[in-house]
Amino acid sequence: MKNTFCIGGVHPHDNKSYSAHKPIVEAPLPKQAVILLSQHIGAPAQPVVAVGDKVKVGTLLAKAGGFVSAPVHSSVSGTVAKIDNVLDCQGQPAPAIYIDVEGDEWLPEIDRSKGLVHECTLEPKEIIQKIQDAGIVGLGGACFPTHVKLMPPPGKKAEVLIVNGVECEPYLTNDHQLMLEHGEEIIVGIRIVMKALGVTRAIIGIEANKPDAIEHMQDLVSKVLGIEVRALKVKYPQGGEKQLIDACIGRQVPSGALPIETGAVVDNVATLYAIYEAVQKNKPLISRVMTITGKNVSKPGNYLVRFGTPTSQLVEMVGGLPAGTGEVIAGGPMMGRSMSNIDTMPANKRMSALLFMPEDECYRPNPSPCIRCAKCVDACPMGLEPYLLSSMAKGEEWEGMEKHRVMDCIDCGSCVFTCPAHRPLLDGIRLGKGKVGAMIRERQAAAKK
Amino acid sequence: MAQLITSAAPHVHSGDSVQKNMLLVILALLPAFVVSVIAFGWGALITTCISIVACVLTEWCITKYMLKREPSLLDLSAVLTGLLLAMNLPSNLPWWMVVLGSVFAIGIGKMVFGGLGQNVFNPALVGRVFLLISFPAAMTTWPVAKGFATKYLDAETAATPLSYMKQAVAGHQQFELDSWLDSFLSCVPDHIMGGSMGEISALALLIGGIFLLCTRVISWHIPVSILGTVAVFSAILSAFGIGSGPLTHLLTGGIMLGAIFMATDYVTSPMAAWGKIIYGIGIGVIVVVIRTWGSYPEGMSFAILIMNACVPLLDAYVGPKRFGEVVKK
Repeated sequence: MKNTFCIGGVHPHDNKSYSAHKPIVEAPLPKQAVILLSQHIGAPAQPVVAVGDKVKVGTLLAKAGGFVSAPVHSSVSGTVAKIDNVLDCQGQPAPAIYIDVEGDEWLPEIDRSKGLVHECTLEPKEIIQKIQDAGIVGLGGACFPTHVKLMPPPGKKAEVLIVNGVECEPYLTNDHQLMLEHGEEIIVGIRIVMKALGVTRAIIGIEANKPDAIEHMQDLVSKVLGIEVRALKVKYPQGGEKQLIDACIGRQVPSGALPIETGAVVDNVATLYAIYEAVQKNKPLISRVMTITGKNVSKPGNYLVRFGTPTSQLVEMVGGLPAGTGEVIAGGPMMGRSMSNIDTMPANKRMSALLFMPEDECYRPNPSPCIRCAKCVDACPMGLEPYLLSSMAKGEEWEGMEKHRVMDCIDCGSCVFTCPAHRPLLDGIRLGKGKVGAMIRERQAAAKK
Repeated sequence: MAQLITSAAPHVHSGDSVQKNMLLVILALLPAFVVSVIAFGWGALITTCISIVACVLTEWCITKYMLKREPSLLDLSAVLTGLLLAMNLPSNLPWWMVVLGSVFAIGIGKMVFGGLGQNVFNPALVGRVFLLISFPAAMTTWPVAKGFATKYLDAETAATPLSYMKQAVAGHQQFELDSWLDSFLSCVPDHIMGGSMGEISALALLIGGIFLLCTRVISWHIPVSILGTVAVFSAILSAFGIGSGPLTHLLTGGIMLGAIFMATDYVTSPMAAWGKIIYGIGIGVIVVVIRTWGSYPEGMSFAILIMNACVPLLDAYVGPKRFGEVVKK
C-alpha cells in the first residue's frame, strides 16, 4: 500500500531533535496582552468591548466579521487599555485590542478541571455552533475557520475525516508533543468532529519519524471503532491538505476544487484538541502550543502560549536572542515568515513556532542561470513547472501562467529548496498568483453582470 | 538590537549546487577515462588535457572580453564539456584539431546562445560533429588500443566495429561481434577494434551511469528509453536480416556514452518525465536508422543533436503529470 503522496516532494533535514520530547511548559502571562483582530483567513473580527471594560479569560472581545471569519476571545483577565494598531511581524500596522493584565480570572463556565470528558451528547448543529463560537481555526498554519470546513456546500458529502499529525515542517515538534501528552483528548475531538460531519471513518496520518506518537495513538484508537492510524513515509510537504488526502485515501483534489470533492475533511491534531476543549470544556481558543527552537537557543522546547504574549517575552523566556541570530521565523523554515519585528508582535492563532536561524545559515549564494536540470519539476508536489512559471512571470505572461496552473501552487517552497542554481523561483510564482487571482476575480465579476 | 534578516520562505536549502552536479558527472566519467588511458596510452591523456584547457580558456575569454561579464568557471561546466568532447574523439587526433573543436564547442555550441543554460545543442557534440565534417579522415582514423605502447602520432590504425557493420550491410550480410564480452570489458590489450576514447568500455560507462542514477544527478528515463529503443528496433531489423543484432549495437560506438552522458545533458534535454522518454525513443530510432542506412557508420551524435532540436517542442507539449489530473475513485 502506498503510504505517501505520489507526485514530487523533498527531504529537508528535519532538525527536530532540539525540541522533540520536551514536555509542554506553560509560558508566563504577559503584563499587557495584545490580541490581534485578524488571526484567521477571512474578514477581521469586530470589537465588542470598549476601553475600560473589565474582561476575564474567555470573554468575547470581538465577534466574527462574517461567515468566513472567527471571533476573538480574551486570553487574559484585566482591563481593556486601548483598541489600536500594533506592528505585526513584518512591521505593518494591524488592528488589535490591548489588555492590561490583572490576575488570572477565568469565566466561570470554562471547566478548568483536568478530568477527561468522553461523552458528547450534543447534536451536530450544536457542535458546529460551539466550534464557531469558540473562534477555532485550523492551527496547522492556514488558519481557515474550522466551522466552514465542517459545513460542506450543498450536494457535497463528507465521507472521511483525515487527521493531520504529519508535522512535515523541519524543526517543529508542537503537534508531536501534543499527541504524546493529549492523545486522549485528541481522540475525543476526532469523535466529536466525526459526529458533526456524520462520518464513520477517520484516519490519523503521522509521519514515520514520530514512532512513539504512532504507537501511542495506535494504542488509543485500538478500542475505538472507525479510527485508524496511518504511518506515512517521511516526505515534505505531506502536511499539505491535498498531499495528505492523497497519501491517506489515494484521491487527488481536482485543480481548482475544494478538498471536500474527494469526500475528505482534514483537521490538524492541534485543531482537534482545541475542538475538544471548546466542546467539552467550554474553553474558547485563547492559547496554543508553540515550538520555540533553533540551533543556538538555550532553552528550546514546546510552550503553551496565551495569544497576545509579545514575542520579546517569548524570546526572553527561552534564554534571550541567541548570539549570531540572523533570522527569526514565525513558523517552520519551509513556509514560515521571517520577522522584522520581534518586539511587539504578539503570539496568535497563526504562530505555530518561533525559529531562530544562525546568521551563517541565512545567506544564499547569488542565483546563477537555470541549467534546466528539472529538479524543480521533479520536486513540485502539484506537478507544475516552476522554472517555466518563474520565467513567464519575468515576461509578465500572466495568461500563460494561468494556463500552466499557477493557481495550483501551494507555496510549499520545494522548488526553491531543491534548485541547484539557487534561483528564487517562488518570487515570480507568488507575483503571478496575485495577478492571475485578480484576473480570475475580474472575469467572475464581469460574468455576474 | 541587531538588524534581523528578512527573506521569503523557504529559509532552508538542500545544499545542491550547479558545481556539485557538474563535479559528479566528471567523477562518473573517470572510470571510462581511466580505461581509455589504459587502452590508448599517452594520446588519451594529451588529447583530454588539451580539450579541457582549450574549452576553459575559450569560455573565460568570451565571458571576459566579449560578453564583459565576470567569468564563472567554477561551475565546472566548461571542464565537463572539454572532458566530454575528448571522450568523443580518437586519441591520436592532432592537437590543433582538438583545440579547434573545443573553441567551436564552447564558442558556437554554447556562448553564442548566451552561455550556460541557454544553448539548444549539446556543446561537446557540436564540437565533435564540426570536426567530423571538417576532418573526416582524421576523425575516422582510429588507433589500435595497445595501451601505453600506442603512439600518439603515427599509431597503427584500425577500423571500428561499426565500419565493419556498415560494410556488412552494404554487402547484404550481417556483422556480429566476435566476442561481445571483449567490447563490454574492453581493456583487453591488443584489442583489434579501434574507437573514440570514451567508447572503449561499456562496463566503465555503465558504472558511471549507475553512479549518476544513485546520486540522483540523472533520472533513468533518458538512458533506459534510448538503450531500450535501440535494443528493440535493432532486434526487429536483424530478425528481418537487416543490420546487426541488439548486443552488437549496444556495445559498439557511442551508444552507451551518448545514452548515459551526452543525451542526459541537463540543458539540452526535456524537463518532464514523458518528454524525456519520447526524446530517448527518438534518439534510439534515429541512431539505428543512421547506422543501418545512413552514409556514416555511426549516428549517435547526429541522433542526439536532432533530438536536441526537438526539446523546446517537447517541453511545450509534454508537461509533467499534474496533481489532480485524474480523480481516482
